[in-house]
Amino acid sequence: MGIFIKAFLVGGLICGICQLILDNTDYTPAHILVGLVIIGSILTGLGLYDPLKEFAGAGVTIPVSNFGYILTQGVQEAAEKDGLLGLFKGVLDIASAGISASVIIAFFMALIFNPKK
Amino acid sequence: MKNINKTTDEFKKIVQKEQPPVNKTANFFKAFLVGGTICLIGQVFQELYMAFFNYSQQDAGTMATITMIFLGGLLTGLDIYDEIGQFAGAGSLVPVTGFANAMVAPALEYKQEGFIIGIGANLFSIAGPVLAYGMVSAFIVGLLQTLFGG
Repeated sequence: MGIFIKAFLVGGLICGICQLILDNTDYTPAHILVGLVIIGSILTGLGLYDPLKEFAGAGVTIPVSNFGYILTQGVQEAAEKDGLLGLFKGVLDIASAGISASVIIAFFMALIFNPKK
Repeated sequence: MKNINKTTDEFKKIVQKEQPPVNKTANFFKAFLVGGTICLIGQVFQELYMAFFNYSQQDAGTMATITMIFLGGLLTGLDIYDEIGQFAGAGSLVPVTGFANAMVAPALEYKQEGFIIGIGANLFSIAGPVLAYGMVSAFIVGLLQTLFGG
């Protein structure tokens, strides 16, 4: 049961902080999304995202920063195996499912629905 | 004419004075509540995928993410996600459902410009920068770790 509460609290906190940034700076939603992905990537590099995920589960895997995590994790694993080639090969290794699903699902949604008049 | 001779800063001040005050504390808690709830729903899906489909924790997490992308896209198509966004602000932007929304909404908006320039290009008007910077920063982090053995 604890994991649900932690996911709610941590996920909510990330969103709340981003709202404060939106309200107090000139940054746009697009800046927030890009910033989160970069932060996710840096935290992964510092070895902090795994323990966060262990603690909060979906609280950190549902926010967009998770894209930064899975992209970087893929690079890390592939670089260990394939060296320089891995830096390129690994980018989409783990992120493949999430990114492919986004593109495919979004395409069909845009196809099926029509914009409001 | 003298009213038009305003600097950008002066103009900003006038605009700000006329706008209704933003309740930042309320906005924070709205974003917190909705964002937290979306993450909670994601956690529920993850547990369900583990319990009923025997996915590993990692795969169940990925399936939960895909489910949330589907829901975010669907609610955008049904014109419901924008309503949520009006209330929740960053609470509906930051979760991956917001990423799906950022793909579907512009694609829908420019749908009339056709399949290629309309839907195809606009799917990536926000997702493109996100993916580009994500991939580049993943590469840089990986490169630094390879070079310095981090």
